[in-house]
Amino acid sequence: MYKIERKTIVENVKRMLLESVKTLDKEVLDSFEKSRENEDNPLAKSILDKIIENHEIANSKDIPLCQDTGLVVCFLEIGRELNFDYDLEDAINTGVSQAYIDGYLRKSVVKHPLNRINTLDNTPAVIHHSFIPGNRLIIHIAPKGGGSENMSALKMLSPSDGKEDIVNFILETIKKAGGRPCPPLIVGVGIGGNFEKVAWLAKKAILRPLGDVTENEIDRNLEIELMEKINKLDVGPMGLGGVTTCIGVKVNSYPCHIASLPVAVNLQCHSARKNEVILVGKEINDTDNR
Amino acid sequence: MEKKLTTPITDKDILDLKVGDEVFITGQIYTARDGAHKLMVEAINNNQELPFDVKGQVIYYVGPTPAKPHQVIGSCGPTSSYRMDKYSPYLMEKGLKVMIGKGDRSVEFSQIVAKYQGVYLLAIGGIGAKLSQCVVENTLVAYEELQSEAIRKLKVIDFPAIVAIDYQGNSIFAKQ
Repeated sequence: MYKIERKTIVENVKRMLLESVKTLDKEVLDSFEKSRENEDNPLAKSILDKIIENHEIANSKDIPLCQDTGLVVCFLEIGRELNFDYDLEDAINTGVSQAYIDGYLRKSVVKHPLNRINTLDNTPAVIHHSFIPGNRLIIHIAPKGGGSENMSALKMLSPSDGKEDIVNFILETIKKAGGRPCPPLIVGVGIGGNFEKVAWLAKKAILRPLGDVTENEIDRNLEIELMEKINKLDVGPMGLGGVTTCIGVKVNSYPCHIASLPVAVNLQCHSARKNEVILVGKEINDTDNR
Repeated sequence: MEKKLTTPITDKDILDLKVGDEVFITGQIYTARDGAHKLMVEAINNNQELPFDVKGQVIYYVGPTPAKPHQVIGSCGPTSSYRMDKYSPYLMEKGLKVMIGKGDRSVEFSQIVAKYQGVYLLAIGGIGAKLSQCVVENTLVAYEELQSEAIRKLKVIDFPAIVAIDYQGNSIFAKQ
Protein backbone atom coordinates (compact mmCIF):
# COMPACT_ATOMS: atom_id res chain seq x y z
CA MET A 1 0.00 0.00 0.00
CA TYR A 2 1.19 3.50 -0.82
CA LYS A 3 0.30 6.90 0.53
CA ILE A 4 0.60 10.55 -0.48
CA GLU A 5 0.31 13.14 2.29
CA ARG A 6 -2.69 15.48 2.08
CA LYS A 7 -0.31 18.41 2.54
CA THR A 8 1.65 17.38 -0.57
CA ILE A 9 -1.51 17.50 -2.66
CA VAL A 10 -2.64 20.87 -1.25
CA GLU A 11 0.78 22.43 -1.85
CA ASN A 12 1.09 21.05 -5.37
CA VAL A 13 -2.37 22.19 -6.43
CA LYS A 14 -1.64 25.67 -5.11
CA ARG A 15 1.76 25.83 -6.79
CA MET A 16 0.45 24.53 -10.13
CA LEU A 17 -2.34 27.10 -10.24
CA LEU A 18 -0.11 30.03 -9.31
CA GLU A 19 2.38 29.01 -12.00
CA SER A 20 -0.23 28.38 -14.66
CA VAL A 21 -2.01 31.75 -14.39
CA LYS A 22 1.14 33.56 -15.47
CA THR A 23 2.96 31.02 -17.64
CA LEU A 24 1.95 29.33 -20.87
CA ASP A 25 3.52 26.14 -22.25
CA LYS A 26 6.53 26.87 -24.42
CA GLU A 27 4.98 25.09 -27.41
CA VAL A 28 1.94 27.39 -27.17
CA LEU A 29 4.18 30.48 -27.14
CA ASP A 30 6.27 29.11 -30.03
CA SER A 31 3.05 28.62 -31.95
CA PHE A 32 2.08 32.29 -31.45
CA GLU A 33 5.51 33.33 -32.73
CA LYS A 34 5.11 31.12 -35.79
CA SER A 35 1.55 32.31 -36.42
CA ARG A 36 2.74 35.89 -36.22
CA GLU A 37 5.11 35.23 -39.12
CA ASN A 38 2.34 33.59 -41.17
CA GLU A 39 -0.11 36.48 -40.80
CA ASP A 40 -0.37 39.10 -43.55
CA ASN A 41 -3.24 40.84 -41.76
CA PRO A 42 -1.57 43.74 -39.84
CA LEU A 43 -4.22 43.75 -37.09
CA ALA A 44 -3.80 39.99 -36.56
CA LYS A 45 -0.01 40.45 -36.38
CA SER A 46 -0.35 43.29 -33.89
CA ILE A 47 -2.71 41.27 -31.66
CA LEU A 48 -0.32 38.29 -31.66
CA ASP A 49 2.52 40.67 -30.73
CA LYS A 50 0.48 41.95 -27.79
CA ILE A 51 -0.35 38.40 -26.64
CA ILE A 52 3.39 37.57 -26.65
CA GLU A 53 4.23 40.85 -24.86
CA ASN A 54 1.49 40.16 -22.30
CA HIS A 55 3.18 36.88 -21.44
CA GLU A 56 6.49 38.65 -20.82
CA ILE A 57 4.81 41.20 -18.52
CA ALA A 58 2.82 38.53 -16.66
CA ASN A 59 6.01 36.58 -16.01
CA SER A 60 8.32 39.42 -15.07
CA LYS A 61 5.83 41.35 -12.93
CA ASP A 62 3.94 38.36 -11.50
CA ILE A 63 0.51 39.48 -12.78
CA PRO A 64 -2.05 36.94 -14.09
CA LEU A 65 -2.10 36.71 -17.90
CA CYS A 66 -5.84 37.25 -17.85
CA GLN A 67 -8.22 38.70 -15.26
CA ASP A 68 -10.43 35.65 -15.71
CA THR A 69 -8.43 33.21 -13.64
CA GLY A 70 -11.09 30.63 -14.32
CA LEU A 71 -13.09 27.86 -12.80
CA VAL A 72 -10.61 25.12 -11.93
CA VAL A 73 -11.00 21.84 -13.77
CA CYS A 74 -9.00 18.90 -12.56
CA PHE A 75 -8.42 15.41 -13.96
CA LEU A 76 -7.02 12.91 -11.47
CA GLU A 77 -5.34 9.69 -12.54
CA ILE A 78 -5.18 7.66 -9.36
CA GLY A 79 -2.78 4.74 -8.94
CA ARG A 80 -4.71 1.68 -7.73
CA GLU A 81 -2.09 0.91 -5.07
CA LEU A 82 -2.61 4.27 -3.35
CA ASN A 83 -4.58 4.53 -0.14
CA PHE A 84 -6.22 7.77 0.94
CA ASP A 85 -7.28 8.21 4.58
CA TYR A 86 -8.60 11.71 3.80
CA ASP A 87 -11.01 13.30 1.35
CA LEU A 88 -9.02 13.74 -1.87
CA GLU A 89 -11.47 16.22 -3.39
CA ASP A 90 -11.33 18.31 -0.23
CA ALA A 91 -7.52 18.37 -0.48
CA ILE A 92 -7.74 19.60 -4.09
CA ASN A 93 -10.25 22.29 -3.10
CA THR A 94 -8.06 23.41 -0.20
CA GLY A 95 -5.21 23.92 -2.67
CA VAL A 96 -7.56 25.88 -4.95
CA SER A 97 -8.76 28.05 -2.08
CA GLN A 98 -5.22 28.84 -0.93
CA ALA A 99 -4.07 29.67 -4.47
CA TYR A 100 -6.95 32.07 -5.14
CA ILE A 101 -6.82 33.84 -1.77
CA ASP A 102 -3.05 33.99 -1.18
CA GLY A 103 -2.30 34.53 -4.89
CA TYR A 104 -4.71 37.45 -5.41
CA LEU A 105 -6.53 35.59 -8.18
CA ARG A 106 -10.07 36.47 -9.18
CA LYS A 107 -12.81 34.55 -7.42
CA SER A 108 -15.16 33.69 -10.26
CA VAL A 109 -17.36 30.98 -8.74
CA VAL A 110 -20.91 31.49 -7.44
CA LYS A 111 -22.71 29.16 -5.02
CA HIS A 112 -25.85 28.67 -7.09
CA PRO A 113 -26.35 29.47 -10.78
CA LEU A 114 -29.42 31.53 -9.92
CA ASN A 115 -28.57 33.21 -6.62
CA ARG A 116 -25.10 34.20 -7.95
CA ILE A 117 -23.52 34.53 -4.48
CA ASN A 118 -19.74 34.29 -4.70
CA THR A 119 -18.04 31.43 -2.81
CA LEU A 120 -15.13 33.85 -2.13
CA ASP A 121 -12.34 31.33 -2.68
CA ASN A 122 -13.07 30.02 -6.19
CA THR A 123 -14.07 26.58 -4.89
CA PRO A 124 -15.37 24.10 -5.74
CA ALA A 125 -13.25 22.85 -8.62
CA VAL A 126 -14.76 20.48 -11.18
CA ILE A 127 -12.93 17.20 -10.51
CA HIS A 128 -12.84 14.03 -12.66
CA HIS A 129 -11.21 10.75 -11.63
CA SER A 130 -9.87 7.68 -13.31
CA PHE A 131 -7.69 4.81 -12.10
CA ILE A 132 -4.29 3.74 -13.39
CA PRO A 133 -1.95 0.90 -12.39
CA GLY A 134 0.76 1.55 -9.79
CA ASN A 135 1.44 3.97 -6.96
CA ARG A 136 1.39 7.34 -8.71
CA LEU A 137 -1.13 10.16 -8.63
CA ILE A 138 -1.21 12.34 -11.76
CA ILE A 139 -2.98 15.68 -11.37
CA HIS A 140 -3.87 17.64 -14.50
CA ILE A 141 -5.22 21.05 -13.63
CA ALA A 142 -6.48 24.04 -15.64
CA PRO A 143 -7.98 27.37 -14.58
CA LYS A 144 -10.54 27.51 -17.40
CA GLY A 145 -11.91 30.87 -18.51
CA GLY A 146 -15.63 31.55 -18.82
CA GLY A 147 -15.62 33.32 -22.19
CA SER A 148 -14.38 30.35 -24.20
CA GLU A 149 -16.40 27.89 -22.11
CA ASN A 150 -19.59 29.83 -22.94
CA MET A 151 -18.96 29.40 -26.67
CA SER A 152 -18.51 25.62 -26.43
CA ALA A 153 -21.28 23.38 -27.80
CA LEU A 154 -22.67 19.85 -27.87
CA LYS A 155 -24.93 18.18 -30.42
CA MET A 156 -26.47 14.75 -30.62
CA LEU A 157 -26.13 13.95 -34.32
CA SER A 158 -27.64 10.96 -36.06
CA PRO A 159 -25.36 8.13 -37.31
CA SER A 160 -26.56 8.90 -40.85
CA ASP A 161 -25.02 12.37 -40.52
CA GLY A 162 -21.40 11.19 -40.53
CA LYS A 163 -18.11 13.03 -40.64
CA GLU A 164 -19.17 15.94 -42.83
CA ASP A 165 -21.85 16.99 -40.37
CA ILE A 166 -19.41 16.75 -37.47
CA VAL A 167 -17.01 19.04 -39.34
CA ASN A 168 -19.80 21.47 -40.24
CA PHE A 169 -21.07 21.61 -36.66
CA ILE A 170 -17.58 22.44 -35.37
CA LEU A 171 -16.95 25.06 -38.07
CA GLU A 172 -20.33 26.69 -37.41
CA THR A 173 -19.65 26.77 -33.67
CA ILE A 174 -16.31 28.52 -34.16
CA LYS A 175 -17.56 30.92 -36.84
CA LYS A 176 -20.58 31.90 -34.76
CA ALA A 177 -18.39 32.43 -31.68
CA GLY A 178 -16.16 34.87 -33.60
CA GLY A 179 -13.96 36.88 -31.22
CA ARG A 180 -15.91 35.99 -28.06
CA PRO A 181 -13.83 32.94 -26.98
CA CYS A 182 -10.57 34.92 -27.48
CA PRO A 183 -8.99 33.20 -30.49
CA PRO A 184 -6.42 31.91 -31.44
CA LEU A 185 -8.04 28.83 -29.92
CA ILE A 186 -7.16 25.30 -29.02
CA VAL A 187 -10.18 23.28 -30.13
CA GLY A 188 -11.10 20.19 -28.14
CA VAL A 189 -13.44 17.79 -29.89
CA GLY A 190 -15.22 14.77 -28.46
CA ILE A 191 -17.03 12.26 -30.66
CA GLY A 192 -18.96 9.23 -29.43
CA GLY A 193 -19.84 7.99 -25.97
CA ASN A 194 -23.10 9.49 -24.79
CA PHE A 195 -24.40 12.90 -23.71
CA GLU A 196 -22.06 13.46 -20.74
CA LYS A 197 -19.15 11.36 -21.98
CA VAL A 198 -18.75 13.39 -25.16
CA ALA A 199 -18.39 16.66 -23.21
CA TRP A 200 -15.81 14.97 -20.97
CA LEU A 201 -13.88 13.80 -24.05
CA ALA A 202 -13.81 17.32 -25.49
CA LYS A 203 -12.61 18.82 -22.20
CA LYS A 204 -9.91 16.18 -21.85
CA ALA A 205 -8.83 16.94 -25.43
CA ILE A 206 -7.92 20.58 -24.70
CA LEU A 207 -5.57 19.39 -21.95
CA ARG A 208 -3.50 17.29 -24.35
CA PRO A 209 -0.06 18.79 -25.12
CA LEU A 210 -0.21 21.00 -28.22
CA GLY A 211 2.23 18.76 -30.08
CA ASP A 212 0.43 15.55 -29.13
CA VAL A 213 -0.74 13.42 -32.07
CA THR A 214 -3.44 10.84 -31.45
CA GLU A 215 -2.76 7.19 -32.34
CA ASN A 216 -6.26 6.70 -33.76
CA GLU A 217 -6.06 7.24 -37.52
CA ILE A 218 -9.66 8.46 -37.94
CA ASP A 219 -9.25 11.01 -35.15
CA ARG A 220 -5.84 12.07 -36.44
CA ASN A 221 -7.18 12.74 -39.94
CA LEU A 222 -10.07 14.67 -38.46
CA GLU A 223 -7.64 16.82 -36.47
CA ILE A 224 -5.70 17.67 -39.65
CA GLU A 225 -8.84 18.40 -41.69
CA LEU A 226 -10.39 20.57 -38.95
CA MET A 227 -7.18 22.54 -38.36
CA GLU A 228 -7.02 23.46 -42.03
CA LYS A 229 -10.70 24.34 -42.37
CA ILE A 230 -10.91 26.31 -39.11
CA ASN A 231 -7.98 28.49 -40.15
CA LYS A 232 -9.73 29.27 -43.44
CA LEU A 233 -12.75 30.74 -41.60
CA ASP A 234 -11.00 34.15 -41.36
CA VAL A 235 -12.09 34.54 -37.75
CA GLY A 236 -8.49 35.29 -36.76
CA PRO A 237 -7.02 36.64 -33.51
CA MET A 238 -9.84 38.18 -31.42
CA GLY A 239 -12.25 37.66 -34.34
CA LEU A 240 -10.82 40.50 -36.40
CA GLY A 241 -9.70 38.39 -39.35
CA GLY A 242 -6.57 36.44 -40.24
CA VAL A 243 -5.32 32.91 -40.76
CA THR A 244 -4.74 32.16 -37.07
CA THR A 245 -8.13 31.12 -35.71
CA CYS A 246 -6.73 28.05 -33.96
CA ILE A 247 -3.27 26.77 -33.07
CA GLY A 248 -4.38 23.21 -32.42
CA VAL A 249 -7.26 20.74 -32.78
CA LYS A 250 -7.45 17.69 -30.54
CA VAL A 251 -10.01 14.95 -31.19
CA ASN A 252 -10.87 12.26 -28.65
CA SER A 253 -13.32 9.48 -29.48
CA TYR A 254 -15.15 6.67 -27.66
CA PRO A 255 -17.52 3.85 -28.65
CA CYS A 256 -21.19 4.84 -28.83
CA HIS A 257 -24.75 3.54 -29.21
CA ILE A 258 -25.93 2.27 -32.63
CA ALA A 259 -28.51 5.07 -32.64
CA SER A 260 -26.17 7.91 -31.65
CA LEU A 261 -23.43 10.17 -32.93
CA PRO A 262 -22.67 12.64 -30.12
CA VAL A 263 -20.24 15.48 -30.83
CA ALA A 264 -18.93 18.14 -28.47
CA VAL A 265 -16.56 21.02 -29.03
CA ASN A 266 -14.84 22.66 -26.08
CA LEU A 267 -12.99 25.88 -26.87
CA GLN A 268 -9.80 26.95 -25.13
CA CYS A 269 -8.87 30.64 -25.41
CA HIS A 270 -5.33 31.76 -26.29
CA SER A 271 -4.59 32.00 -22.58
CA ALA A 272 -4.25 28.21 -22.58
CA ARG A 273 -3.25 27.79 -18.95
CA LYS A 274 -2.69 24.31 -17.62
CA ASN A 275 -0.30 22.36 -15.47
CA GLU A 276 0.30 18.82 -14.27
CA VAL A 277 2.26 16.92 -11.70
CA ILE A 278 3.12 13.29 -11.03
CA LEU A 279 3.24 12.44 -7.32
CA VAL A 280 4.72 9.11 -6.26
CA GLY A 281 3.26 7.39 -3.20
CA LYS A 282 5.44 6.33 -0.26
CA GLU A 283 5.17 2.74 0.89
CA ILE A 284 3.35 2.29 4.17
CA ASN A 285 2.46 -0.54 6.51
CA ASP A 286 0.12 -0.57 9.48
CA THR A 287 2.77 0.32 12.08
CA ASP A 288 4.18 3.18 9.97
CA ASN A 289 0.73 4.50 9.50
CA ARG A 290 -0.04 5.11 13.18
CA MET B 1 -5.48 55.44 -37.96
CA GLU B 2 -4.11 56.08 -34.46
CA LYS B 3 -5.89 58.65 -32.32
CA LYS B 4 -5.39 59.93 -28.79
CA LEU B 5 -8.52 60.45 -26.72
CA THR B 6 -8.72 62.30 -23.43
CA THR B 7 -11.73 62.00 -21.12
CA PRO B 8 -14.28 63.45 -20.91
CA ILE B 9 -14.70 62.35 -24.53
CA THR B 10 -16.71 65.00 -26.37
CA ASP B 11 -19.38 64.52 -29.04
CA LYS B 12 -16.93 66.01 -31.50
CA ASP B 13 -14.31 63.39 -30.56
CA ILE B 14 -16.85 60.64 -31.19
CA LEU B 15 -17.88 61.98 -34.60
CA ASP B 16 -14.23 61.82 -35.58
CA LEU B 17 -13.87 58.07 -34.86
CA LYS B 18 -14.06 55.53 -37.69
CA VAL B 19 -14.42 51.77 -37.52
CA GLY B 20 -10.95 50.20 -37.31
CA ASP B 21 -9.23 53.27 -35.80
CA GLU B 22 -6.78 52.47 -33.01
CA VAL B 23 -7.33 54.76 -30.04
CA PHE B 24 -5.35 55.43 -26.88
CA ILE B 25 -7.45 56.67 -23.99
CA THR B 26 -6.16 58.85 -21.18
CA GLY B 27 -8.26 59.95 -18.22
CA GLN B 28 -11.06 58.51 -16.10
CA ILE B 29 -13.10 55.44 -16.98
CA TYR B 30 -15.53 53.36 -14.91
CA THR B 31 -15.57 49.57 -14.61
CA ALA B 32 -18.83 47.63 -14.71
CA ARG B 33 -19.78 44.16 -15.91
CA ASP B 34 -22.79 41.82 -15.58
CA GLY B 35 -23.55 42.26 -11.87
CA ALA B 36 -23.15 46.05 -11.77
CA HIS B 37 -25.18 46.50 -14.98
CA LYS B 38 -28.05 44.49 -13.51
CA LEU B 39 -28.09 46.67 -10.38
CA MET B 40 -27.80 49.94 -12.33
CA VAL B 41 -30.70 49.03 -14.61
CA GLU B 42 -32.76 48.00 -11.58
CA ALA B 43 -31.98 51.41 -10.06
CA ILE B 44 -33.13 53.16 -13.25
CA ASN B 45 -36.35 51.12 -13.33
CA ASN B 46 -37.02 51.99 -9.67
CA ASN B 47 -36.35 55.70 -10.27
CA GLN B 48 -33.32 55.57 -8.00
CA GLU B 49 -30.09 57.45 -8.50
CA LEU B 50 -27.20 55.70 -10.23
CA PRO B 51 -23.95 55.27 -8.25
CA PHE B 52 -22.29 57.72 -10.64
CA ASP B 53 -23.54 60.08 -13.33
CA VAL B 54 -23.07 58.14 -16.58
CA LYS B 55 -23.57 61.23 -18.75
CA GLY B 56 -20.70 61.51 -21.25
CA GLN B 57 -18.78 58.74 -19.47
CA VAL B 58 -16.81 55.66 -20.46
CA ILE B 59 -17.66 52.20 -19.10
CA TYR B 60 -15.09 49.41 -19.37
CA TYR B 61 -16.44 45.85 -19.08
CA VAL B 62 -13.90 44.31 -16.73
CA GLY B 63 -13.67 42.31 -13.52
CA PRO B 64 -10.00 42.64 -12.50
CA THR B 65 -8.02 40.29 -10.30
CA PRO B 66 -7.42 41.83 -6.84
CA ALA B 67 -4.47 44.21 -6.59
CA LYS B 68 -1.51 42.91 -4.60
CA PRO B 69 -0.32 45.29 -1.85
CA HIS B 70 2.18 47.07 -4.13
CA GLN B 71 -0.09 47.21 -7.18
CA VAL B 72 -2.73 49.70 -8.41
CA ILE B 73 -4.79 46.90 -9.95
CA GLY B 74 -4.39 43.26 -10.91
CA SER B 75 -4.86 41.75 -14.35
CA CYS B 76 -7.59 43.75 -16.12
CA GLY B 77 -8.52 42.72 -19.65
CA PRO B 78 -12.02 43.06 -21.13
CA THR B 79 -14.89 40.61 -20.70
CA SER B 80 -17.37 39.68 -23.49
CA SER B 81 -19.62 42.64 -24.26
CA TYR B 82 -22.65 40.82 -25.71
CA ARG B 83 -23.86 40.00 -22.21
CA MET B 84 -24.36 43.72 -21.60
CA ASP B 85 -26.48 44.21 -24.77
CA LYS B 86 -29.77 44.16 -22.93
CA TYR B 87 -28.61 46.68 -20.29
CA SER B 88 -26.78 49.19 -22.52
CA PRO B 89 -29.89 50.96 -23.95
CA TYR B 90 -30.96 52.05 -20.43
CA LEU B 91 -27.54 53.53 -19.69
CA MET B 92 -27.19 55.19 -23.09
CA GLU B 93 -30.56 56.82 -22.58
CA LYS B 94 -29.05 58.33 -19.42
CA GLY B 95 -26.15 59.72 -21.44
CA LEU B 96 -23.48 56.97 -21.45
CA LYS B 97 -21.33 57.50 -24.54
CA VAL B 98 -18.46 55.03 -24.67
CA MET B 99 -18.28 51.32 -23.90
CA ILE B 100 -15.16 49.16 -24.00
CA GLY B 101 -15.24 45.36 -24.10
CA LYS B 102 -14.46 42.39 -26.29
CA GLY B 103 -16.31 40.59 -29.07
CA ASP B 104 -19.28 41.40 -31.27
CA ARG B 105 -22.67 42.76 -30.22
CA SER B 106 -26.27 42.49 -31.38
CA VAL B 107 -27.67 44.36 -34.39
CA GLU B 108 -30.05 46.11 -31.98
CA PHE B 109 -27.08 47.38 -29.99
CA SER B 110 -25.51 48.96 -33.11
CA GLN B 111 -28.82 50.73 -33.71
CA ILE B 112 -28.84 52.05 -30.13
CA VAL B 113 -25.25 53.30 -30.51
CA ALA B 114 -26.34 55.16 -33.66
CA LYS B 115 -29.47 56.54 -31.96
CA TYR B 116 -27.48 58.08 -29.09
CA GLN B 117 -24.34 58.77 -31.17
CA GLY B 118 -22.02 56.82 -28.91
CA VAL B 119 -19.17 54.45 -29.69
CA TYR B 120 -18.22 50.86 -28.85
CA LEU B 121 -14.51 50.12 -28.51
CA LEU B 122 -12.74 46.77 -28.50
CA ALA B 123 -9.97 46.00 -26.08
CA ILE B 124 -7.93 42.87 -26.75
CA GLY B 125 -8.99 39.93 -24.60
CA GLY B 126 -6.55 37.85 -22.58
CA ILE B 127 -3.85 40.51 -22.22
CA GLY B 128 -4.86 41.74 -18.76
CA ALA B 129 -1.27 41.87 -17.47
CA LYS B 130 -0.27 44.28 -20.24
CA LEU B 131 -3.43 46.40 -19.88
CA SER B 132 -2.87 46.71 -16.11
CA GLN B 133 0.24 48.74 -16.90
CA CYS B 134 -1.99 51.56 -18.27
CA VAL B 135 -3.89 51.97 -14.98
CA VAL B 136 -2.45 54.52 -12.54
CA GLU B 137 -5.37 55.00 -10.10
CA ASN B 138 -8.14 52.70 -8.93
CA THR B 139 -10.96 53.82 -6.62
CA LEU B 140 -13.97 51.82 -5.45
CA VAL B 141 -17.21 53.61 -6.38
CA ALA B 142 -20.09 51.23 -5.61
CA TYR B 143 -21.40 47.69 -5.13
CA GLU B 144 -18.40 46.42 -3.16
CA GLU B 145 -20.41 43.27 -2.39
CA LEU B 146 -20.06 42.28 -6.05
CA GLN B 147 -16.34 41.62 -5.47
CA SER B 148 -14.54 41.75 -8.84
CA GLU B 149 -17.76 43.07 -10.40
CA ALA B 150 -17.90 46.21 -8.24
CA ILE B 151 -17.88 49.61 -9.96
CA ARG B 152 -14.45 51.25 -9.86
CA LYS B 153 -13.14 54.51 -11.21
CA LEU B 154 -9.83 54.02 -12.99
CA LYS B 155 -7.37 56.59 -14.18
CA VAL B 156 -5.69 55.28 -17.32
CA ILE B 157 -2.88 56.49 -19.53
CA ASP B 158 -2.82 55.52 -23.22
CA PHE B 159 -5.21 52.59 -22.77
CA PRO B 160 -5.28 50.87 -26.21
CA ALA B 161 -8.56 50.05 -27.98
CA ILE B 162 -10.01 49.68 -31.48
CA VAL B 163 -13.18 51.39 -32.76
CA ALA B 164 -15.65 48.54 -33.35
CA ILE B 165 -19.01 50.35 -33.71
CA ASP B 166 -19.00 54.03 -34.68
CA TYR B 167 -21.62 56.76 -34.05
CA GLN B 168 -23.47 55.76 -37.23
CA GLY B 169 -23.78 52.14 -36.11
CA ASN B 170 -21.18 50.82 -38.57
CA SER B 171 -19.57 47.69 -37.15
CA ILE B 172 -16.13 46.14 -37.61
CA PHE B 173 -17.81 42.74 -37.43
CA ALA B 174 -20.25 43.43 -40.27
CA LYS B 175 -17.27 43.68 -42.63
CA GLN B 176 -16.53 39.98 -42.36
